[in-house]
Amino acid sequence: MERARCLEMIYPELEDKLVVTIMGASAQELYNLGHRENFFYLQHAMGLASSIGLGLAMHLPAERVVVLDGDGSVLMNLGTFATLARYRPKNLIHMVFDNGSLLSTGGFDSHTTSGITDIAAIARGAGIEHVAAVDTAVGFGEAFIAALERNDLSVIVAKVAAVGPEHYGMDLQLPENAFRFRRWILDRKRAAGQAS
Amino acid sequence: MIDAVIRFPTFLMTVSYDNSKIIFDGIKAAGIKSISALPETWLGLLLQRAESDPEIQLVQVAKEEEAIGIAAGAYFAGTPHLLLMQNHGFFGAINGIVSLAQLYHVPLCMLIALRGHWGEPYPWHTRGGIVTEAVLRALGIPFEYAREPNQVAKQIREAWTFSQSSLSPVALLLTRDLMED
Repeated sequence: MERARCLEMIYPELEDKLVVTIMGASAQELYNLGHRENFFYLQHAMGLASSIGLGLAMHLPAERVVVLDGDGSVLMNLGTFATLARYRPKNLIHMVFDNGSLLSTGGFDSHTTSGITDIAAIARGAGIEHVAAVDTAVGFGEAFIAALERNDLSVIVAKVAAVGPEHYGMDLQLPENAFRFRRWILDRKRAAGQAS
Repeated sequence: MIDAVIRFPTFLMTVSYDNSKIIFDGIKAAGIKSISALPETWLGLLLQRAESDPEIQLVQVAKEEEAIGIAAGAYFAGTPHLLLMQNHGFFGAINGIVSLAQLYHVPLCMLIALRGHWGEPYPWHTRGGIVTEAVLRALGIPFEYAREPNQVAKQIREAWTFSQSSLSPVALLLTRDLMED
């Protein structure tokens, strides 16, 4: 299974969700499907994508938040699973694409290669109730739909091949991404406030 | 070799109840609605207040670097957020401060307990206390020392204002003079 195919599958559902990606291949593959103002690409600070997602989910209970994480990144912030479990935001889906590789920095094996470290087990052990571990496109699609319907904190660990895009590059400066992401959220809050 | 055991002086340290209240009231007066924190002795009474205050959303983290992500999320969400941490936790959060907050121009209003400085009896805090100011300077993070209870509310308000106008991390260092009785 390739991460790019997974992203393609869920892309239509991301239209109205707040999406936070990690750096490198994941960010690029989502961007290549078509940038949206509600996408934030964390191109550094490895490990913090899920923490940003938690901050968004806790402070915006009316929004749905999807974090696109990776094994290399989440291994840098394993405490995040414990913090997520403690606060259990209902509106957060934390996806970890586990390719067993630090692909964007040279393709070195990560600790999950050959099943040494089991990220789904870590998430469960941290106290997260809904954790799915999938390795097929069908399994991934089903896990995502179940997470959307569940309306509770959900973690999906998807085993994917260690492949990424052929070219990297975005027509989007990093602060510009932050400014526009925030504006999209605040505009939506304002519109919702006027509607109610 | 019992003789080789170094005996540390034991001081009965009391965290200032009155000043903790003044600081908490200052945080609320600055319009803060959300706080991320990792429990620390000097911050304990502040955290207790935050925990029991229905107007404040408190997020306790496992490591301070997480709080940088949470603060960014709160900022994107438009919720006024403040970070409480010890200086050693600040050191552990530096990559997030540099490669998320500074890189993306996300403001951070940080209240940092300055352990290991003037009057510090505990050896384990001292190296961190000695280098804190130099690290803040190296990172280009504006900072002030909070020493006077009658000034601290104004300093918190100003730290908040400056973080928002500069889109930068800003630090207010909580000193022993303020935090201990």
